[in-house]
Amino acid sequence: MKILVCISHVPDTTSKISFTDNNTKFNNAGVQYIIGPYDEYALSKAIDLREAGGGSVTVINVGEADTEPTIRKALAIGADDAIRVNAFPKDANFVAEQIAAVAKSNTYDLILMGRESIDFNGGMVHGMVAELLGLPSISPIMKLEINGTTATMSKEIEGGKEVVECNFPFVAGCQEPIAEWKIPNMRGIMSAKSKPLAVLEPVASEEVVKLLNFETPKPKGACKMIDPATPEQLFDLLRNEAKII
Amino acid sequence: MATLIKKIKGGEFVIKATDAADIAIPEERTEEQKMMADMGRDFLNTEVIPILDRIDKQEEGLMQSLLDKAGELGLLGISIPEKYNGFGKDFNTSLLITEVVGAGYSFAVALAAHTGIGTLPILYFGNDAQKDKYLPKLATGELKASYCLTEPGSGSDALAAKTKATLSTDGTHYIITGQKMWITNAGFADVFIVFAQVDGDKFTGFIVEKGDGLTLGNEEHKMGIKGSSTRQVFLNDCKVPVENVLGQIGKGHLIAFNILNIGRIKLAAAALGGCKRTSMLSIQYAKERIQFKQPIANFGAIQHKLAEQAIQIFTCESAMYRAGADIQAAEEEYVAAGKSYEEALLAAAQDFAIECAILKVAGSEVLDYVVDEGVQILGGYGFSADYPMDRAYRDSRINRIFEGTNEINRMLTMDMFFKKAMKGELDIMGPAMAVQKELMAIPDFGADEDELFVAEKKALANMKKALLMGAGAAAQKFADKLATEQEVLMNLADIAILIYMSESVLLRAEKLISQRGEAACSLFVDIAKVYLNDAMDKVNVAGKNAINSFATGDEQKVMLMGLKRFTKIAPLNTRDARRRIAAKLIEAGTYPF
Repeated sequence: MKILVCISHVPDTTSKISFTDNNTKFNNAGVQYIIGPYDEYALSKAIDLREAGGGSVTVINVGEADTEPTIRKALAIGADDAIRVNAFPKDANFVAEQIAAVAKSNTYDLILMGRESIDFNGGMVHGMVAELLGLPSISPIMKLEINGTTATMSKEIEGGKEVVECNFPFVAGCQEPIAEWKIPNMRGIMSAKSKPLAVLEPVASEEVVKLLNFETPKPKGACKMIDPATPEQLFDLLRNEAKII
Repeated sequence: MATLIKKIKGGEFVIKATDAADIAIPEERTEEQKMMADMGRDFLNTEVIPILDRIDKQEEGLMQSLLDKAGELGLLGISIPEKYNGFGKDFNTSLLITEVVGAGYSFAVALAAHTGIGTLPILYFGNDAQKDKYLPKLATGELKASYCLTEPGSGSDALAAKTKATLSTDGTHYIITGQKMWITNAGFADVFIVFAQVDGDKFTGFIVEKGDGLTLGNEEHKMGIKGSSTRQVFLNDCKVPVENVLGQIGKGHLIAFNILNIGRIKLAAAALGGCKRTSMLSIQYAKERIQFKQPIANFGAIQHKLAEQAIQIFTCESAMYRAGADIQAAEEEYVAAGKSYEEALLAAAQDFAIECAILKVAGSEVLDYVVDEGVQILGGYGFSADYPMDRAYRDSRINRIFEGTNEINRMLTMDMFFKKAMKGELDIMGPAMAVQKELMAIPDFGADEDELFVAEKKALANMKKALLMGAGAAAQKFADKLATEQEVLMNLADIAILIYMSESVLLRAEKLISQRGEAACSLFVDIAKVYLNDAMDKVNVAGKNAINSFATGDEQKVMLMGLKRFTKIAPLNTRDARRRIAAKLIEAGTYPF
């Protein structure tokens, strides 16, 4: 079983978010980067599947050279090899086209990734990759079992649970509790340096989205305390100041 | 961290200035070291921190299972060579992992006892057969180790141990009888490193396996590190095969003391891990706790505490990794000269035994300061056993006691310093004479000191002069009786510690500036300057106490004037500097450096 796991290189969840260049660029000063947490579930599941049934796990990331520590972390966790498409991941469509191009020239039984990245939280890449490859796409899956070349997956839907069966190959977006995150061990960390990490140049991609600028949410205002004896004050504030009733 | 090219000798910091380029700083970690640190942190956060209460209750089998998990990740084999199932990582990497795991309260103690004093005697003093037999299983955690030196009647005076080892009539076994006390990991250890007197006075190390003749006392009731197993170990006609003699008969002191050198710097590393976690918890609480309609982090008194915690931590960390890299550089030099990896590290740690003792004292006292202020910042909640500061506070206290009390380590610092000087390993005569001469000369009124750190470096050089003046005079006065002048030795050791810390933080800030530019390093400059500023006053007090205890008349007058001159420092607005540091801590919500 050949598994491709797509990982994003995203700011740590505790990062302070700010922008530079007239709010057109993310300010990465002092920001720690991690593997997208949902992608890490996908990676952990892929490693579990390989350990149970053999095969290989390749990770792919679309990013510039600064993402390599994140890729090597994935290798330390247990991926066999890695591919970096040497380009800034400007939008979901661009990333999907790069992944699809790699997947076309290598046949994978499964293409797994997180349900969404935690920077832009678009949640689109799995669908786009599947579409470009003409494969089914299932997301967000919380359970995945393999029987031969058929996978049984379950996901939560409104008011219940959906169980899907799908033959290889397919694309899936993963989330917890599909697998438990793995802490890389010393041996994994030390071998990460010597595992293959191929750097590929990107394929041409039409620009379909233009990023104009970023905005941070308005800071929370101070809390106004209202005397319980004068509830009409609350209505007055909601109507005239917040203008929401 | 890269290997250093220029090498400074152990203890030489007192008489020599060091270039910033020649020290190692934590910011130079490799990607692999960072990944290993993350691994240790992830392990603590997922496996240890969520069950601290259960650990402290000593749930049956829990600590062993955590050590097993740590072993699976490789955390127990960092320093063990690859041929024995370990990872053969360099010394500073092992310090880094010790630091990270050091935030794990009782678990950190169990792990440190196993990997340090439990495993290292076999690694450094075991023969090939002993290494083959024990190290691979110690590296994975299949065997768990403890170290039995202390006895009810011999603690600091370790060589006065009464435990006896008698060779059996057929010459195949030693029969060991005696009582060991405060033995960490005793409750579940499989392997005990035991020290006993052969033929009455030949202090010798043994590898003793759990079995007949070895029984355990009950778990001790302790102030802190409640989750760490601490028991007495009773040896009643315990038969130990002669092949389990560790090192040579009568040379047990080499094992006991050499292991302690490494143990001491590692204790500082572990303490730093505890410090950083405590700083984080203090900052988080200060940001959340609302009093007078605002977070208490807004108040100057709290900001002072948060900043001072960070200043102390950053400084001690600078000194610890600096010494670690110096030890590593010396070790590599010994390896290049033909020594084995094990011999080389031991010799290197012995060379830097002064720095190791200094760091033991500094690390444990910084931790005590940080947890004490942590309790204070949390106020009533700091005193509540349902909040995390209570455990941090109680667990910290033992660090000033074990691995040689801080008093023993202070005296050792000066004792080793004088011994090195006597042996000619440390040339203090020249510098001491120069100080004497300077005392009689017209004081230097200072020239262009606006350039960065020029004034601070001069202040640092003066601190060293204060120590040379005090130490030189004390040595002359007391000659061979100096060892019994404990108060004076404590005062002098305090100065030596302040010098090593001040120099380390200054050099780290300077090196960071050379790499990142001054604008990006303003907080590092604040930290270094505030530390140095306060250290100067402390040197002054310690110096006065030393001088006034033995000098009189003109000699006293001249020395006190010299001390005043040597501890002069330009005024610094420490309030503003601490506020700037605190602002960064509060913004980051954690210890960010």
